[in-house]
Amino acid sequence: MKWTRRDLLIGLGGLPVLGAVWWAGAATSVGSQKKRSEILEQLNIKPSLPPAVPGIGGDPVRIGVIGFGIRGEQLTRALGFATDEWKEEMRLAAEEDPNNKRLEDFEAQERLNVKLVGICDVFDVRAEKFINSFSTDDNQIKRYVTYKDMIQSGDVDAVVIATPDHWHAPMSIEALNNNVHVYVEKPMTHTVAETYTLRNAAENSEAVFAVGHQHRQTLSFSTARDIVDKGTLGHVSLIQTNTNRNDDNGAWNYDIHEKASPETIDWEQFLGSAPTVPFNKNHFFRWRKWWSYGSGLSGDLLSHDYDRLNCVLNMGIPASVISSGGIYTHNDGRNVPDVIQVNMEFPDFSTGSSQAKGKENGMTFCYSATLGNGFSRPTILMGHDATMELGNRLTVWPDGASTRYADMLEAEKMRPNVPIYQYDPAAKATDAVSSATSQYFADKGLMWTYIDGVRVDSTFLHMREWLSVIKNGGKVSCGIKEGFEEAISAHMAGLSWKLGRKIEWDAASQTLKPIEGIDFDQVLLANENWNIQPEMVG
Amino acid sequence: MNQNQNKLKASVTLLRIFIGWHFLFEGVVKMYNPEWTSFGYLATAQGPFEWFFTMLIGDATIGWVDTLNIIALMVVGVTFTLGIFERLGAIVGIGLLALYFFAHPPFPGLTQMNVEGNYWIINKNLIELVACIVIYQLPTGAYFGLDYLRKNKLKTQEQ
Repeated sequence: MKWTRRDLLIGLGGLPVLGAVWWAGAATSVGSQKKRSEILEQLNIKPSLPPAVPGIGGDPVRIGVIGFGIRGEQLTRALGFATDEWKEEMRLAAEEDPNNKRLEDFEAQERLNVKLVGICDVFDVRAEKFINSFSTDDNQIKRYVTYKDMIQSGDVDAVVIATPDHWHAPMSIEALNNNVHVYVEKPMTHTVAETYTLRNAAENSEAVFAVGHQHRQTLSFSTARDIVDKGTLGHVSLIQTNTNRNDDNGAWNYDIHEKASPETIDWEQFLGSAPTVPFNKNHFFRWRKWWSYGSGLSGDLLSHDYDRLNCVLNMGIPASVISSGGIYTHNDGRNVPDVIQVNMEFPDFSTGSSQAKGKENGMTFCYSATLGNGFSRPTILMGHDATMELGNRLTVWPDGASTRYADMLEAEKMRPNVPIYQYDPAAKATDAVSSATSQYFADKGLMWTYIDGVRVDSTFLHMREWLSVIKNGGKVSCGIKEGFEEAISAHMAGLSWKLGRKIEWDAASQTLKPIEGIDFDQVLLANENWNIQPEMVG
Repeated sequence: MNQNQNKLKASVTLLRIFIGWHFLFEGVVKMYNPEWTSFGYLATAQGPFEWFFTMLIGDATIGWVDTLNIIALMVVGVTFTLGIFERLGAIVGIGLLALYFFAHPPFPGLTQMNVEGNYWIINKNLIELVACIVIYQLPTGAYFGLDYLRKNKLKTQEQ
């Protein structure tokens, strides 16, 4: 067998191609990993692991639910109980759209060691729905006419409060005074004075108090905390966070139940401390639109955005707040604004500085909301060294003028428009430099977080944590301290909007700086319109 | 051998090497990146076979899927560039491209993610798949490639 040179050329001609492509592929891959690991090493960010909570052992926690409206049903589902009506609705929804996995997710949810024992709702239809759905032969659920009856019955260990805002504090305080554990929706209070009373009650109670800011369970937020703590962003001078909604549901125009009537609704009990008005279905089902029962954008949605950032930065109550806005998109008789801008000042707050000492200090938190446009504006933390977009995913871009990354920018190892860090708990790995794979993931919103790539309801995690602390002791992630900060900050925003002036916080005395002639709580509760009423001025 | 056939063989050889080049590079890049995974590609699958692709992303399967994908890419890459066992390579390539195509098919009504250009039913994956069929039908390894030596060797021994 003899091969000529020609034979070899023809036979082995592909070999150099193979060698070259192999070399190029390996060099590309190893090179970008080296660049990546260099950046990651410098950043040293630790993606957060799912929170481990001790099990909820022993006898089941006996739970009473107060308020079984939209949110009450959601919370009850997070506890593991869905109404037959909801299951049927979701089954049909999944049939129509196979991507609708809500029923599947609910059924896959871990069982919590709880027992529903009581319901308190002023609307007969809702109370009956609760009993019909969850009462069994060996667990007869009881309906309590008032929350006091329920709390004082001795039959409930814990209550879940999902009522209009003006009932949050009175119910929480009653429960805490009776050492009944509380999970209350946000904002935790409706007035400034209540906020202090509730804090006292929580501090003097043996019961566990938790505020429903389920975002605190979102893994990306705990990772964001690590990113900020490591000085990745440098000094953050501005935070921009937003609410954008453009539909009836988002504007709180919920459905009015056909069976609603003075016969089926205990109107007087619903009103509670609110000004007496004749029976009004609109007020009952769409209470978020009036200051008498709700807190508008500032208490309803700003409170979430504020707490999201407070959980990452722990910045506390702002030194001052200025708000403006109006009723510009839903002039339907409501008296809470539907467009609002809130600027919170934190003049002494810093996330750390990469520059000369004393040069950087202070931060503005800017919340911008409209109920008349649904364009998604992300939450952005703007630092001297980098910018972070905060959501279910995190993305960090270096700033072109960064001090910390000056060398790496100069060496073109970093570029201002290329993310240096991306965290997506839904993906298997973290990406230092943006890759096509990570871009494939759609942001799934804030209702969910991911544990080992599996979608989990963050409200479920939040309630599980509360139940675990009830059984095992420890600390809830959104307790009275966090709730107090959230409530005061939200009230400051509401007050500023109503009064059209700056509201200041005196950190030393832990009080709002008084404004002569103005009773803050009267202003907050004033219902007719947002101008100062004669009775507000003391 | 007539001239036209020679031209055809040269063209198909070029096609074979280029496709091999493409597959080999994809395979090598993934092989040298321990964190690469097809998870995202599969998790976002669309169209009539979405159920199949999302089935592959389980913890037990995803590792195998990733490894097999790299092996398949390398098989196509090596056989096509070297010009040996290219019919086997072509079959693997057709299978792989069919999977890529059906995971994100450019069908009307589906959102096209991360694609350059505009496609309607036919996209580059499908065109490359058809090119693999051509390579299967017209093997050129004996014209230019390792197969030439193998065939030549056999010929020498026969003499």
